[in-house]
Amino acid sequence: MRGRDAGTVGVGRLVAAACARACARACAAVWVAVWVAVWVAACASPPRAGPREEATGRASARAERVLREFPAVSDFGRDLTTDQQVLQVLDRAAFGPRPGDVARVRRLGVDRWIAEQLTPDGIDDGAMDAFVARIPPDTAQSNGAADPRVVKVARAVASERQLQEVMVDFWENHFTVYAGKGRPMRDFLPAYDRDVIRPHALGHFRDLLGAVAKSPAMLFYLDNWRSGVRGLNENYGRELLELHTLGVDGGYTQADVIAVARALTGWSIDRPAQGGGFIFRPRLHDTGEKVLLGHHLAAGRGIADAEEVLDILARHPSTARFVALKLCERFVSDTPPPALVARTAATFTRTDGDLRQVVWTILTSPEFFSRAAYRAKVKSPFELVVSAVRALGGQPDSTRRSAQVIARLGEPVFGHQAPNGYPETGTSWMSTGAILARINFGQAAAAGRIPGASLDDWPAARILRTAPRAAQVDSVVGEILGGAASPDSRAILLSGGNPLDTGGGTPLRGLAQIVGLALGAPEFQRR
Amino acid sequence: MERRVFVRSGALALVTLGLSPRFLRRVVFAADLPAARRGKVLICLFQRGAADALNIVVPHGESAYYAMRPTIAIPRPARGTPSGAGTIDLDGFFGLHPALAPLLPLYAQRHLAIVHAVGSPSATRSHFDAQDYMESGTPDAKATPDGWLNRYLAAQGTCEAGRTRAPSTVSPFRAVALAPETPRILEGPAPTVALSDLQEFSVRATGSQVERLEALYRTGSADIVHATGAESFEAVRMLRAANPQQYVPAVEYPRSPFGQRLQQIAQLIKADVGLEIAFTDVGGWDTHVNQGAATGQLAERLADFARGIAALVTDLGDRMADVAIVTMSEFGRMARENGNGGTDHGHAGAMFVLGGDVRGGRVYGRWPGLQPEQLFEGRDLARTTDFRAVFSELVSQHLGGAHLDAIFPGFSATERLGLV
Repeated sequence: MRGRDAGTVGVGRLVAAACARACARACAAVWVAVWVAVWVAACASPPRAGPREEATGRASARAERVLREFPAVSDFGRDLTTDQQVLQVLDRAAFGPRPGDVARVRRLGVDRWIAEQLTPDGIDDGAMDAFVARIPPDTAQSNGAADPRVVKVARAVASERQLQEVMVDFWENHFTVYAGKGRPMRDFLPAYDRDVIRPHALGHFRDLLGAVAKSPAMLFYLDNWRSGVRGLNENYGRELLELHTLGVDGGYTQADVIAVARALTGWSIDRPAQGGGFIFRPRLHDTGEKVLLGHHLAAGRGIADAEEVLDILARHPSTARFVALKLCERFVSDTPPPALVARTAATFTRTDGDLRQVVWTILTSPEFFSRAAYRAKVKSPFELVVSAVRALGGQPDSTRRSAQVIARLGEPVFGHQAPNGYPETGTSWMSTGAILARINFGQAAAAGRIPGASLDDWPAARILRTAPRAAQVDSVVGEILGGAASPDSRAILLSGGNPLDTGGGTPLRGLAQIVGLALGAPEFQRR
Repeated sequence: MERRVFVRSGALALVTLGLSPRFLRRVVFAADLPAARRGKVLICLFQRGAADALNIVVPHGESAYYAMRPTIAIPRPARGTPSGAGTIDLDGFFGLHPALAPLLPLYAQRHLAIVHAVGSPSATRSHFDAQDYMESGTPDAKATPDGWLNRYLAAQGTCEAGRTRAPSTVSPFRAVALAPETPRILEGPAPTVALSDLQEFSVRATGSQVERLEALYRTGSADIVHATGAESFEAVRMLRAANPQQYVPAVEYPRSPFGQRLQQIAQLIKADVGLEIAFTDVGGWDTHVNQGAATGQLAERLADFARGIAALVTDLGDRMADVAIVTMSEFGRMARENGNGGTDHGHAGAMFVLGGDVRGGRVYGRWPGLQPEQLFEGRDLARTTDFRAVFSELVSQHLGGAHLDAIFPGFSATERLGLV
């Protein structure tokens, strides 16, 4: 609620400025008087400042405390203004601002907000957890769990732990698994999201890698559960090297692929049809000695074999570089500056893969706050839909519909067949058919046809629906486009009829038209 | 490779909007549509699920075939007049499944060629991996980011365009997938259109809102978002002007989704929207249980498949001179039937190639035989032709494409099949 009220004030200020201009041109003074009265009434809602300020104070103190867990930084060398820095972190380290978020981050301070978000356990997310607990079980699942796709979209929309959600999306893409692989996969997915990825998304890389290696979802997806000394399956061994750790140019050979696959023999699934867990089957394990990347693995060590393989891979410099590059692509730009990637990789190595420190290096870097990086990323369909619902102050969806909207836009959750995941480069998402679908999505969202997102939920709409066009446009550009509309776009948004001038029609239609244009605009495709 | 970014200059389209003249310097003439060229067209049809090649192009001259498939084999061709229950003989050794009767005239007219024992050098029996390899064109290399059809488009588009035609003359409908999402085979840097229905390729807004949306993409910076948006509006306008749905099919297509998609491909070709590559797919080939013989599950799939293709060829008429159609499936099925009247995953398969310039009327590829020692891993039809040999001949001989080493990296055909 704190954020929402603050948002209203922000909108009010924007509206007031726009209104002054509009009135100078045409508006009747009588209208201004009425409208200002409405605005003042809206701002003078019952005072609940006491507990709110207390909560803010606690949050500040906590943020100050966690800030000390990270190396000191200064904003010297940052190209962006403070307001731009606020928008940059909300667009990259969160799925876009909700009404009021900008004011909240500005108040807390950008670096303190990042530190707080990098410490998700300290952020109260009880309302979100309660919502997730109420999502009805998925009937297609034998274990009575909720559809993990629904859970993931809902959390991205409404969780207070936004950076945690961004990291979950990143790792579920890096360690991608495919829901369509076969019958048991649907049963494995809830635990993969909940118990494998989430607890380690901002933990240590080695722990995450190990949890994935023992997850039925990955063992099934890349066929390792059937791999044995008498029927070696190289599938997981190869992807572990190529896609999960060293990268395709990370300096391994076909012999290393075979060594990893042999070490992983026996890593299997206990009763897969019953959705069972990890099991090591000694009789399937290749007990011979192996050589991996120059390391000698002695014979007869059983499960310790592959544990050491994971140690070697997690600490290899190629892994640090590869993971750093992908994270910089996600957070900074499709072509991140090599110097930043190198510093990020150095943090990865120095901290033994402490992902909080790695992400801190990226998010507080001058490169992250550079003009070149500002609004440089094209949103993925997931980011587009979630950011639109958030911009309108929408609610999480407990049905499959939001996930289906994202799937229709081309990014079905857990729906990427190939083990390389969806592209981290934003421009890969741009295609003719895709952009039409995005434009149509914007129209549907503005018309209230997307679950959870309705103009009725948008706090600004309460006072904007009867405002003049110019005031509406200024607010929409400020709140939904982060003030980033080009002069041309702004003029186009202004070009519609003013419902008050024409004297007819429903006022909200005029506003819906502007919101539809904003959500369908090129500016909203970027973050 | 980065998508090229271009914003066409010109003016006028937005005059109706009443926008300030400032815009008009940067927006486009509605009339400035890419010149539609009547060029070569390649239509790719993917049978997803691993079609049972041995019951589609039947080696009725092999006694081992009948020995291994006691309940599901297609009976030997009937002597005298062909009956509906047996193999339709082609050359005394191979024959077509009776449900493929609609394709027989095309074979007789030498417009249909068959390649047997064709497939991937990868030994995988995973649908997922094998489809991926067939579409990326790089067997056993999973990290290939793009599909081979897109690599063809990119190689042909960027290198040729610089010399012979400006990028702005490339039709937005150069490559179209009749599919809800861009298939792997068309993924990559070159622009493609994916649509499940021509009727849905539109901007769902009314009147001046559509114009305002277009104006948003026609103005502002010249980045990839604006450029792609401008292309989309152009494609929509082109589609509206060409109105492919005005072309009433000359024949009746099957009412199945597959038949309807083929009909829309024909409409795009007839509407001269510059279509060069079309793709669609059809599932239902994973016949592990009760696949039937001359009739049954597989026969029904084949009937739809053959009637659709025959309708497409008839409908296109003279235009088939420029069109080639190729069918593919990720692998074949086990030579021996299983205990459930079906077949499990196998290895090599069969492909159909049809077209005006195709040297049809014969079965290509060396036949490896079905004796136990001739089978792949003792169980499957062995592969004697790499699927990339078929694709690369279509690219070079039918489409006139170069850069085969970029389209199929690491592959060089040992001998030419001579399909085209």
